[in-house]
Amino acid sequence: MTIKLLFFAGLREAVGRSSEALALPPGVADVGALRAHLAARGGVWAEHFAPARNLRAAVNQDMANAGVAVRSGDEVAFFPPVTGG
Amino acid sequence: MPVRVQAEDFDLTREIAALRAVQGARNAKIGAIAAFIGTVRDLNEVEGEQRAVLQMTLEHYPGMTERALEKIVLDAKGRWNIFDALVIHRIGSLGPLDQIVLVVTIGAHRGEAFAACEFIMDYLKTQAPFWKKEATPAGARWVEARAGDDSAAARWEPAVKP
Repeated sequence: MTIKLLFFAGLREAVGRSSEALALPPGVADVGALRAHLAARGGVWAEHFAPARNLRAAVNQDMANAGVAVRSGDEVAFFPPVTGG
Repeated sequence: MPVRVQAEDFDLTREIAALRAVQGARNAKIGAIAAFIGTVRDLNEVEGEQRAVLQMTLEHYPGMTERALEKIVLDAKGRWNIFDALVIHRIGSLGPLDQIVLVVTIGAHRGEAFAACEFIMDYLKTQAPFWKKEATPAGARWVEARAGDDSAAARWEPAVKP
């Protein structure tokens, strides 16, 4: 019952890791709830996952808004707005 | 529908020849080839101020990046009558003057080739997971997304064929 979390760019540097395995916490069923769960870790997590932060997410490598479901085995990534091109 | 993410530089002439070869080297249905190349500038505007850029590093999300680029090209092919498109985006360390991105579209007519090329670039800017970190005389900084990029992509909505 775990998910794979990925972090990129400035967010990766802020939280000090590029990935982690997370046991899906009870009650966390979508991207928005997962984001709130990570913000509740406090410290840099509270700062960088705060609702006011402009953060993007992807579930299984597709862009995902807060309402997209998160299930066991999923790959969920959080990152700042993209700046390629 | 070739999409490539690579550290190496690219050669426009060679890439166009390869793209045409896929269609058949003697395919005389092709009447238009549009290409866009993005290059690294030695300055960037931050909060209205011009700042020198010494070097930049491109980070990406392996797997999702290729997937996102393929989706953008498929979307373009659904909107315009083009035969094929190519996207190459470089990653890693780049300096001013370096080529960073290439988009080529080929079709029967210039209108559709131009439009599809511009659409692919606009969507790439907001949908493909790349992030730039610039080295400046004042230290390194992550480039912030521009509101102008969102509005450039938004003007293509909704998905209607022109």
